[in-house]
Amino acid sequence: MSVGIGEISLYVLIGLASGIISGMGIGGGSILIPALCVFFSMDQHLAQNINLLYFLPTAAIALITHAKQGNIEKKPLMPIILFGFLGAVAGSIVAVKMDSSLLRRCFGFFLLAMGIYELFRKPIERGKVHDAVR
Amino acid sequence: MSNGLFTKAAIGVTVGSLNGLFGAGGGTVLVPALEKLVHMEVHKAHATAIAVILPLSLISVFIYANADTPWSTIFWVSSGGVLGGVIGARALNKIKTRMLYKIFGLCMIVAAIRMILG
Repeated sequence: MSVGIGEISLYVLIGLASGIISGMGIGGGSILIPALCVFFSMDQHLAQNINLLYFLPTAAIALITHAKQGNIEKKPLMPIILFGFLGAVAGSIVAVKMDSSLLRRCFGFFLLAMGIYELFRKPIERGKVHDAVR
Repeated sequence: MSNGLFTKAAIGVTVGSLNGLFGAGGGTVLVPALEKLVHMEVHKAHATAIAVILPLSLISVFIYANADTPWSTIFWVSSGGVLGGVIGARALNKIKTRMLYKIFGLCMIVAAIRMILG
């Protein structure tokens, strides 16, 4: 697959937009995966695989910034991550075995539900003033 | 405390499964869960969510791995991503999240409809 400068620019741009959203911790994948599918008519498994790999360096960099700002709470991390591993293994195995177009539909419904939730959620104001002052 | 552990275990399994199944979206569920169930502050919930999703995504990468991983595409997307990641992380403490949720929610709904209709 030969890649032109136009394609490269679009990849970088999509990555940048998703990175900003990922860096804020609100799910850049929900931008990156649909963008890859729509602009590059990519297969669902491939788009998901790219999102996972893109997320590793993007999140690592964002994490350093957040750690410096003292925004990471370490106490609840261990149990959530340990039990998260169990879910991650199960979820990934199901995904790999699932039909690509079915997986895309499921992803679409998940995205729809989360979009409606984001649209109507009320941010918790407590702690915000304190954070804004810094 | 055992009650708290159960909550965290349930959050972990749910978020891990979704993130594994869709290769994304764990953070979208984890942030409100940390705010409402673990009673974390908004900005801390966002930052802490990344610390959880990073290792979970790493596990999924190994299970998703196959021979035709397009490394050049990943390189270009990630180089934009890394730059955006820093911008996003720095901006988080300075912006009002309410407006962000609305814009982001709308984008997600539009994208979702496109994905469902295929």
